Amino acid sequence: MNAQTERAERAGQPLLEVEGLRQHFRMSRHYTVKAVDDVSFTIHRGEIFGLVGESGSGKSTTGRSIIRLYTPTAGRIRFCGQDVSGRLTAQQTLLLRTRMQMIFQDPIASLNPREKVIDIIAEGIDIHHMYESRAQRRDMVLAMLRKVGLAPEHADRYPHQLSGGQRQRVGIARALIMKPDLIIADEAISALDVSIQAQVVNLLKQIQQETGCAILFIAHDLSMVRYISDTIGVLHLGHLVELGTTQDVFEHAVHPYTRALLSAIPRPNPLLERDRPIESYDCRAAGVDYTKGTLHHLSDTHLLLATDEERDRWTRGA
Amino acid sequence: MTTQERETILRISDLSISFNTFAGRVNAIRGVDLTLHRGETLAIVGESGSGKSVTVKSILGIRSSNERVDHGSIEFSYRDESGQPVTRDLLKMSDKQLQRQIRGKHIALVFQDPMTSLNPTMTIGAQIMEGVRRKKGVSRQAARARSLELLELVGIPDAAARYGHYPHQLSGGMRQRVVIAIALACDPDLLICDEPTTALDVTVQAKILDLIKDIQRKTGLTVIYITHDLGVVARVADTVAVMYAGKLVERGTVQDIFYRPAHPYTWGLLLSVPDMDDPQAKLYTIPGSPPNLLKPVTGDAFAPRNEYALAIDSQREPPMFQITPEHAAATWLLCPGAPDVPMPAALQRRIEHMLKEVQA
Repeated sequence: MNAQTERAERAGQPLLEVEGLRQHFRMSRHYTVKAVDDVSFTIHRGEIFGLVGESGSGKSTTGRSIIRLYTPTAGRIRFCGQDVSGRLTAQQTLLLRTRMQMIFQDPIASLNPREKVIDIIAEGIDIHHMYESRAQRRDMVLAMLRKVGLAPEHADRYPHQLSGGQRQRVGIARALIMKPDLIIADEAISALDVSIQAQVVNLLKQIQQETGCAILFIAHDLSMVRYISDTIGVLHLGHLVELGTTQDVFEHAVHPYTRALLSAIPRPNPLLERDRPIESYDCRAAGVDYTKGTLHHLSDTHLLLATDEERDRWTRGA
Repeated sequence: MTTQERETILRISDLSISFNTFAGRVNAIRGVDLTLHRGETLAIVGESGSGKSVTVKSILGIRSSNERVDHGSIEFSYRDESGQPVTRDLLKMSDKQLQRQIRGKHIALVFQDPMTSLNPTMTIGAQIMEGVRRKKGVSRQAARARSLELLELVGIPDAAARYGHYPHQLSGGMRQRVVIAIALACDPDLLICDEPTTALDVTVQAKILDLIKDIQRKTGLTVIYITHDLGVVARVADTVAVMYAGKLVERGTVQDIFYRPAHPYTWGLLLSVPDMDDPQAKLYTIPGSPPNLLKPVTGDAFAPRNEYALAIDSQREPPMFQITPEHAAATWLLCPGAPDVPMPAALQRRIEHMLKEVQA
């Protein structure tokens, strides 16, 4: 496995390639929810990829399919040069469980209330036997605590003794201790207070710079996503409607859904904000059928899901 | 018009509330003074635990069993059934009196999460009608007609068909519209919105905020928003109250707070919003965390996190210094004779930029 992944790295391959991912949930004989429908994107080493969209757009499902909490209905996911979308071999499972880690939205629900912080953080290295002695285990955990801005005495506390921001830091430490190549942060800051959100976002950015790991940052708060991401994908109704660098998406948005999303962010400038009209978008009323559209390259980095006619109309309006 | 606008509807004076916990007495609200005029929109901002929810819940007499009002008064002015203006201290009223005379009828509350504030076993029509019928004693047909009217007012399309639906059949935004319709069922004078859009998507949030603004224009409703989103504040508020550790640290018109902030905590709050124009800058964070209110606070509660703190801040609590008749802040920096501390340069740049954007 190692030889193969190293070869892939040398070849300059992207860290994660998602191609035509579909995740459908069959609710009954007559009704299937197409939570993710034909989504493709790539994440390079050390990149922060922001995935945005409203609730129900499939952004969390995408993250959970990639880390294989779900079995994808169709499509290919390549991680470190290995196909991890089909049936997994023991080796592939090991790769996925060690080099890809997840941070969840709700730090109360995702930390075991009956375990101490040290045992929560060490669970990964316990399972994969990544230390030689108890002392080394403790040292590894303490180093992680320091990295996420917690004090050594927090190691012997229980989750309920910590504040929301501290709990989320524990969640980050638990992911980091495995030295992952990719961290999936699923709404990792939405449950936190504004001033704490800024602290956690700064921490994630700093960790990314120090360790060089890539982050798939799933969120609905566009202003934070803009701040942290290199590349942004916009999901709507399970389709990736627009993809580009942060600048592409925020300054040259073309898709009406992206534009509506951007215009809906309230800006902290009362004289301007008070009567600012907000663009609205209803794909059914506008007669947009995502299944008919194809991905168009607007530039090297900027992709748009549209039919030829829609692309012409939208780019003219932009 | 101006005299009517300045009519005081709510006056909170020196409100102090504490909670009895296992660990001791938590002084959650430590002397809040607030005045609200009819037709005005007030936004209360602050971190979680700053006491903003406790303050507004005490207006409606919603208290937990370990909560105690230490002192203060909440005077509410309204017109009774005969049309006579009345002013009453809500803290002196019993729960029964509040329920009969105030709640719903004169002051209504919209909660954060529309799923938990609706009854999942009742149709939305029945839930709106409940309020209409109880408070007004009207006939079934009239109540139904009024409910349909309310559903249309809050922008639910095809109201007659939606009337028989259950909450789970509606999207989050539609559910919050229903909650607002219920709150408006008895024509309240004052609507309190406790983080009304936090659980909703941004696109839906904008629609709900515009809806409430629209209703205000039509009915002259007074609204209190509790929020931590400064963007929301900028969109809806006339006046803003900033709370920290159970005290009001700054209050003023929305323009005072955004363009001429005076308290270091307000500076920090404004700076910690990601700058949409300079995304590369490091996100500012207020250092440290809010104080533990189990312990008595000496001096200014914000002093340990305040890089502009003076020596006196750790000894004596600053009073509210009046800057203009509307604008006041509790910081010793405004005391005559205090060193002249300008706001951080980054904030100054940002405000200049905002004002330039307005002119453009």
